[in-house]
Amino acid sequence: MADSKKPKAAPSPQRQRNSLASPRGTGRRAPRLAPERSLLVQFLTHLGHGVTDSLWRLGFAAHFFLAVLLNSGTAFRRFQLTIRETYFSGALSIVIILVSGLFVGMVLGLQGYDTLERYGSSEALGVLVSLSLVRELGPVVAGLLFASRAGAAITAEIGLMKATEQISAMEMMAVNPIARVVAPRFWAGVISMPLLAALFSAMGIFGGYLVGVKLIGVDPGSFWSQMQATVDFREDIMNGVIKSFVFGILISWIAVFEGYDADPTAEGVSRATTRTVVTSSLSVLAADFILTAFMFRGA
Amino acid sequence: MASATSSSPEILVKIRDLSFSYGDRSILSGINMEIPRGKVVAIMGSSGCGKTTTLRLIGGQLRPTRGMVEVNGEIVHKLTSDALYELRRRMGMLFQFGALFTDMSVYDNVAFQIREHTDLPEELINDLVLMKLHAVGLRGAHGLMPTELSGGMARRVALARAVALDPMLIMYDEPFAGLDPISLSIIGDLIRKLNDALGASSIIVTHDVQESLKIVDYVYFVSAGKVVAEGTPKEIRASEAPYVHQFVWGEADGPVPFHNPAVQSYDEVLLGARHG
Amino acid sequence: MNRATLDLWVGVFVAIGLGSLLFLALKVGNLSFASSSAAYLLEAKFDNIGGLKVRGAVKSAGVVVGRVTQIHLDPEAFVAVVSMQIDNRYKFPRDTFATINTSGLLGEQYIGLDVGGDTEMLKEGDSVMKTQSAVVLEKLISQFMFDKAAGDTGDSKTK
Repeated sequence: MADSKKPKAAPSPQRQRNSLASPRGTGRRAPRLAPERSLLVQFLTHLGHGVTDSLWRLGFAAHFFLAVLLNSGTAFRRFQLTIRETYFSGALSIVIILVSGLFVGMVLGLQGYDTLERYGSSEALGVLVSLSLVRELGPVVAGLLFASRAGAAITAEIGLMKATEQISAMEMMAVNPIARVVAPRFWAGVISMPLLAALFSAMGIFGGYLVGVKLIGVDPGSFWSQMQATVDFREDIMNGVIKSFVFGILISWIAVFEGYDADPTAEGVSRATTRTVVTSSLSVLAADFILTAFMFRGA
Repeated sequence: MASATSSSPEILVKIRDLSFSYGDRSILSGINMEIPRGKVVAIMGSSGCGKTTTLRLIGGQLRPTRGMVEVNGEIVHKLTSDALYELRRRMGMLFQFGALFTDMSVYDNVAFQIREHTDLPEELINDLVLMKLHAVGLRGAHGLMPTELSGGMARRVALARAVALDPMLIMYDEPFAGLDPISLSIIGDLIRKLNDALGASSIIVTHDVQESLKIVDYVYFVSAGKVVAEGTPKEIRASEAPYVHQFVWGEADGPVPFHNPAVQSYDEVLLGARHG
Repeated sequence: MNRATLDLWVGVFVAIGLGSLLFLALKVGNLSFASSSAAYLLEAKFDNIGGLKVRGAVKSAGVVVGRVTQIHLDPEAFVAVVSMQIDNRYKFPRDTFATINTSGLLGEQYIGLDVGGDTEMLKEGDSVMKTQSAVVLEKLISQFMFDKAAGDTGDSKTK
């Protein structure tokens, strides 16, 4: 047994066997440093490969985005298609948005009261709850929830259509699948997001009101009046709407792209769905930072 | 089989020196085929030899690396996308396992092409759809969803969908795969009947020898990216060519080897282990 | 899922979505001044603006009549120059007093306009002549202590 491991004067079969086992060749001849060096080289190659792969994919995604925009005519001319998708993406998300909004608002009410009470400013609870929701939590949390509920569903649906050759079938029937299947889902997402974010914020404020005024006993007059005096329509509310609109575009784009680009297997679709949720969530948070920096700079 | 010289109206699809590679993997190398009008032609070969690729090349979903495909006098890969879509409206394709749109009913699936490409009123569409479904024997199933259909039924609905606009060329990708014996003969029967009724040409990609030899007019055998044999069913059954013989009679070993090539022969491995 | 039900639910969805937006706009925010009414520019110079910020309010008798648009330092006189946009509906006499007040004890600062009796009104680009700077808390405290110290020594002298 020990004999066959000696590499030097190895006869052909064993040399062949070694080269089958380790593609890098007979590693035993290399100096002792070899394992670490090849590990580093391996790591760097992986890294480089990952970066170029991601860049290539990003380029492909951008090209796809353009294709969706250019082929959006059908989605609007036959608006029933988009309405149908708005039902599945938006209307079916109402429950999760309402419930989450309510709970987030109630928590804000509790935590906010606890903190403000220390500085004797508990009448500012309305301001705290409404600004947090309208500026940040509404668009962002609604975005994250939308990505995991509707975004994942869209990816899975398009991915499965691709895997079962329905997309191919449509192409062979001279119907542009991007116009017929992808674009309506994209625009449905873009339309739904701002509405869901507004719903979330409104529900959250109601939740904060429930906890603050009804439960804890903050004066309702100051709750609403301070809120109305401080929350500015253009600065806070419109910025929140703009944010949710941008998030809607991002999430819908990622969802339809991942679905269209998925491997046509069960595993491929499941991976694509995961990628949609992860990438959308990260993009929403990153975009939130960028938008906030632009919108709420200074003052 | 008399082959016409130049694009005669008798030949619907002409494939000349067609080659296709996926990266550096060559799938087809220099295929030559002719599909006459009104005939049913089968393309046979073992899995992965490029049969489905040929269909996609005819339909314009892939561009050939070399050579050309001519359908009804037009070279497919040279068409503009509008012209290609025009051509596709006159082609019907039955995908493996049906590829029905799962979010629509059977009725809507068959009506899909009619609604997308024509402006016919709903009453007329209703008549057409039910007519096509009746032709495949599923008029009563028009309200079902694709998930409620058995494999054979789904295949038949897909067939009705493929012929919804009375195409001049119908392509079948493995129409017999995974069907029970009754459905097998039903599908075979329908393929022949519809082809004759519509005056169309049909191309069947399959590896079900017995069923297809019953209904086709001509057979092409593809192996390793080349046409290795062709002929009428009678000629094929009587063929002595080794590949054809192995395929038609289902022999385990022959030109397509049983053992996947390995670097060492098994004897050497066993010997080496004993001495190791 | 037939078409009528689908359309109904989408309609409900859009309705409550827009409804929430409306609720936010009217009940939560103040859909008031920021909405593009015509305004004219006034300037005022202060020795010290304290904590006044751009977009701070300009109030008269407690009612918001304008916004601070720009604050910069006059490099020759070393005073703060504050530019404000005043709603066209309100005209102020030329002897108006502009003071920097604090809302509440530790609240944010705003410009208060106290009117005089002049018949001529301020026009676009005019400067408010009379101004009073912000009260800086540290100066107030040191002044108080200075006065107290002076008072003590004065008392001890007179005693």
